[in-house]
Amino acid sequence: MLSPAIHKLIKPAIFVVALVPLAWIIYRTVNNDLGANPIETLNRYTGDWVLRFLMITLAVTPLRKLTGWNGLLRYRRMLGLFAFFYVCLHFLSYAWLDQNFVLTDIIKDVIKRPYITVGFASFLMLIPLAVTSTNAMVRRLGAKRWQTLHRLVYAIGIGGVVHFLWLVKSDIREPLVYAIILTLLLGYRFWTRVHSSQNTVASGTVP
Amino acid sequence: MLINKTADILASEITPKEIYHQRRRFLQQAAAIAAAGATAGLLPYSSEAGQKITNVKKSPLSTADRLTSYKDITSYNNFYEFGTDKSDPARYAKNFRASPWTVSVEGEIKKPAKYQIEDLLKHFPLEERIYRLRCVEAWSMVVPWVGFALRDLIRRVEPNSRAKYVEFITLHDSEQMPGQKPGLFGAGLDWPYVEGLRLDEAMHPLTILAVGLYGELMPNQNGAPIRLVVPWKYGFKSIKSIVKIRFVEKQPLTTWFRSNPREYGFYSNVNPTVDHPRWSQASERRIGEDTLFSPKRKTLMFNGYADQVASLYTGMDLKKYF
Repeated sequence: MLSPAIHKLIKPAIFVVALVPLAWIIYRTVNNDLGANPIETLNRYTGDWVLRFLMITLAVTPLRKLTGWNGLLRYRRMLGLFAFFYVCLHFLSYAWLDQNFVLTDIIKDVIKRPYITVGFASFLMLIPLAVTSTNAMVRRLGAKRWQTLHRLVYAIGIGGVVHFLWLVKSDIREPLVYAIILTLLLGYRFWTRVHSSQNTVASGTVP
Repeated sequence: MLINKTADILASEITPKEIYHQRRRFLQQAAAIAAAGATAGLLPYSSEAGQKITNVKKSPLSTADRLTSYKDITSYNNFYEFGTDKSDPARYAKNFRASPWTVSVEGEIKKPAKYQIEDLLKHFPLEERIYRLRCVEAWSMVVPWVGFALRDLIRRVEPNSRAKYVEFITLHDSEQMPGQKPGLFGAGLDWPYVEGLRLDEAMHPLTILAVGLYGELMPNQNGAPIRLVVPWKYGFKSIKSIVKIRFVEKQPLTTWFRSNPREYGFYSNVNPTVDHPRWSQASERRIGEDTLFSPKRKTLMFNGYADQVASLYTGMDLKKYF
């Protein structure tokens, strides 16, 4: 759809745009503009961006299929890696700033607090996906196994939203927005799968 | 709901009580007008939040902890009536009308009355009470409240023998408090906000009705014009913008308890050994004092007021009555 030259421009553009949230929070930190509870601000902010990048990444395939713009697929890996990048910052803000790297406290938290358990599990699941994101790893695993492994991202998306939902005190509106978006994105996949398998069955019966 | 709010008033009492209230109101208003005329200029109160309060005594009950800044105290608030984000109250409470304001004191007392806020400020000696405030969300502040002991008011209205609990109710006015507007899911709480104390907790000298902070009339976002402060309990017990104080026989059904009884008990005493089901209460972040890299401070039993209040709970299983 687009010429390779434009693709070459889009990629770095997305890269830069995806770093804007980081630049903004660094700017606020340096200027002492993180509000009354800076650690909470950093933690929430990075968490928000993890969810956003997860949703954006999960939106690539539906968008590609709906628009027929297959070139979108070229940006999926980078978007997914940005989700991973922000989750690393999110975890770091928790483990370092909130917990001061006191390992026993962190372990207790992860075991005892369901929302942290779910969040931490999602973080762990994202690691193999990041590690196997290179072309070489795709070849090594084989496309089919690679794809099966990377379906983990559905569980990660659900885990991320549940993590947010279980953390809020009573106002669930914001996590609910993510839940609705995620339902649409995963629902689309489910729907197309059911639909296409029905087609296959139907076409199979026709001689 | 389960509670029938009129059950403690006998049907036979209703008419005479109404007339009685009307008379009281008339007398009070007459007295207030007379008093206002007589002491114009000397009143510690006019309507503007942020106005200086005069004649405030220091209190030996104040803590020596370093004060949280006025900015942090007035910009980082949980006041869901104005929205659930910490910055919402400062933003959306700007035009809140805290004057005129009437607090109705009623229920199991000999002298029910409707007090104008100006009357309350006149009747009771105001003190500065510097208290630690520990939020259930594991952060804390140190606030120089201005207020008077709730017990002074309680003594004045003379509870009868059926008064076992005190119930407090916040203004219900979704025009002024956008967070109360019904909407899809809303803030997840039922309005108006209701809190409660056992009578002996309400009578404790540490329990105050606060009308200001930092020597000024209460900022809207902090619960103008009058709010409860119970420093040994989690912050949500300290109900804001009170319009009604009822003395009742049964334990009030409080807002957060009703929203999630497993997580928010009636007592909600600060207790580092009883965790919130979803997070630890063993430590806390002191707002404005810690740097990004300093560790959290240990949370103290009863928020550091154990010497004064532990005796209220002798023999009680605080894990059960959290």
